[in-house]
Amino acid sequence: MNSATTSVRRQLDTPPVPVSPFPYNPGSLLSVMDLSLDGVSHLLSRATALESQDPLVRSSILAKRRVALLFYESSTRTRTSFELAAKSLGADTTLVSSLSSSIEKGESLKDTGLTLRALGAEAIILRHNSSGAAWLLEAATHLPVLNAGDGMHEHPTQALLDLRTLLAHLRPGVEAVTADTLAGITVTIVGDILHSRVARSNMLLLPRLGARVLLCGPTQLLPDLAADAGPGIAIERDFEAALRQSQAVIMLRIQAERLAGMQLDLDEYKASYQLTGQRLAAYAPSAVVLHPGPIIRGLEVTAGVADGPQSAILEQVRNGVAIRMAVVERALTATEQGGRA
Amino acid sequence: MTALVIRGGHLIDPAGGADGLKDILLKDGRVAEIAAPGKLKLANGAEVLDATGLTVAPGLIDMHVHLREPGQGYKETIATGTAAAAAGGFTAVAAMPNTTPVNDSPEITRWMQAPERGAAVRVFPIAAATRGSKGEALNDYAALKSAGAVAISDDGRPILKENIMREVLAAAARVGLSVIQHAEDTRLTQGASMNLGAVSFKLGLRGMPAEAESGMVERDIRLLTEMRDTRVHLHVAHISTAAALNAVRQARRAGLRVTCEVAPHHFLLTDEHVGLYNTNAKMCPPLRSAADRDAMIEAILDGVVDAIATDHAPHAIHEKEVEFENAPNGITGLETALGLSLRWLHKEWKMPLGRVLSLLSAQPAALLGMKGRGTLAVGSFADVVVFDPAAEWTYRATEGKSKSRNTPFDGWTMQGKVRWTISEGRVAYANPA
Repeated sequence: MNSATTSVRRQLDTPPVPVSPFPYNPGSLLSVMDLSLDGVSHLLSRATALESQDPLVRSSILAKRRVALLFYESSTRTRTSFELAAKSLGADTTLVSSLSSSIEKGESLKDTGLTLRALGAEAIILRHNSSGAAWLLEAATHLPVLNAGDGMHEHPTQALLDLRTLLAHLRPGVEAVTADTLAGITVTIVGDILHSRVARSNMLLLPRLGARVLLCGPTQLLPDLAADAGPGIAIERDFEAALRQSQAVIMLRIQAERLAGMQLDLDEYKASYQLTGQRLAAYAPSAVVLHPGPIIRGLEVTAGVADGPQSAILEQVRNGVAIRMAVVERALTATEQGGRA
Repeated sequence: MTALVIRGGHLIDPAGGADGLKDILLKDGRVAEIAAPGKLKLANGAEVLDATGLTVAPGLIDMHVHLREPGQGYKETIATGTAAAAAGGFTAVAAMPNTTPVNDSPEITRWMQAPERGAAVRVFPIAAATRGSKGEALNDYAALKSAGAVAISDDGRPILKENIMREVLAAAARVGLSVIQHAEDTRLTQGASMNLGAVSFKLGLRGMPAEAESGMVERDIRLLTEMRDTRVHLHVAHISTAAALNAVRQARRAGLRVTCEVAPHHFLLTDEHVGLYNTNAKMCPPLRSAADRDAMIEAILDGVVDAIATDHAPHAIHEKEVEFENAPNGITGLETALGLSLRWLHKEWKMPLGRVLSLLSAQPAALLGMKGRGTLAVGSFADVVVFDPAAEWTYRATEGKSKSRNTPFDGWTMQGKVRWTISEGRVAYANPA
């Protein structure tokens, strides 16, 4: 028997990874990676245009088109803003939530999707507790599917509305984004990165515009391999060192529902990672502070910071409606040529 | 029983030392005569299969399959699973005990082998190590062995308790059976649905660390070391990590009887092949990193790996068309193992054909103590595969014999087309050119 452990590994041609068939539908938004930078720019400019448009004119854009909201998890911001966005464009919306539907009786996601399609839904907005659920639904229905958060995976509209918020503060007036729009900008994402779909979508999107993303948190909530998720991502476990380099900070909630038995000392966590007014003033006095919500005041951020002058938290919520109008419009008007990244 | 002549083929029988053009006479379920082309003496009146240009080899043996019967006939039955086996060139399959109920009794062991099951090729049950595969009370291995069990395993339910595993190893050794361990420390894999790494992080899926496998292999090897009983044979099922392979390598150097098998998906695919939540790329152990995959290839080429086994694990379409983390583990494999092994191990990575075939027949036969199988020496069972080694073809899952379609290899190019599979002298599968 040879000792292959010490032998030089020979060069092997191995089978290639197949090309992804997703998205099936050009109107879908499953991942931030579905969008080219031109696609992102288009959504940003449509968000601005739709926001300022006469509501009566706007409501004819998708008049009487049918949009279903399929929610397997509770949600305030995302659900309401998607619903308001679709209605602002004139679409009829219907909400199906896991607690008041046949999902409780054991209906599969595929069957629920096919049922909604048969009922006339032309697009489905999905919030689901399992990573990848949006891909399953799209493969099953081939409808435009908008991922409103899948498990610990992605939340693309959150990343887009965060981007709109960041641009307003750091690059005012810019809507057409390129690979260096955010050059020189460091955005730190802090907290429960492991379980966060917001973190994943942002860390995949922002570096494509030239930003550097720093991830900050304890190893339990931020494994070292997170830095390998894509280019432009680094880990800085020292919160204050990260703040010192940052023009923007995205604070995340500790997701008690996803900790799965993990023991976390909250006092210790707060001591190291809570964004306090003192920390902010000392290390990042001009940075913009974002938080996708829901906020747990006194845990990841103090009330003073949440309500303070550097906080853009409510701006994010407002941007959410505008971005989602653009995304819903794209879902129902995208063409094979124009919609696909 | 009628006699059958396989004429003009190139016989490759690594265990029997044959490699050349031969005519072969099969009679009464056994190999009766082997001679130079046209020189058979006893072939009068025999039916003739023309194997000109084809390779003739001992029927393949898959030491790790799930035939789903009893209890889960909607996924696969012994009849459909063995039909798939025959189509893939296999003449014997060792069936894991995680059926419903678990095969932990001589009655179920015998039931699985009964003629009423309609098996196309030989089924060799592997019996559960513990009652209900719950990892607590040992079964009666002597009784299971006399009912036909060829090994002991709680596959899918690793034996976590050290004292139980020690007893299992000792009791199996006393009756001359191997213990096959599904090496997974399930305390480290709770809620996980793929390999732990950058890909699982990116997909937002909880990951299984490589240590969950290697740690269990290391523990089992330590038990063997402590037992100092040369009869004890530990076989590591579907090994998938470089670290576990290293442990096996070292144990062998230390003279322990530790063997292992690798599944084609673990020497071909990586966790990148999960793609965007392809549940047909979900199995346990999961697809691992590229470094682990490369280590599997190296270990096959340098001889540390004792067998290629498919871990054929059929599941119904509706079970796989669900959220990734809710989908059951497992993929089919019987109809793709030979085509993939020839395409990649032999053609791409230049492993001699005889060695590839040995990993798929002679070596698993030896591991399971199957006498007269895995070779075509005169007097052996007439278990034969005849295939066209040059034929390239595209595998279509929908055209398969298995009841299930859960494979990541749909649409892949295969090398080597099975023309005939002969089980104990009977044609179990025929697809002449």
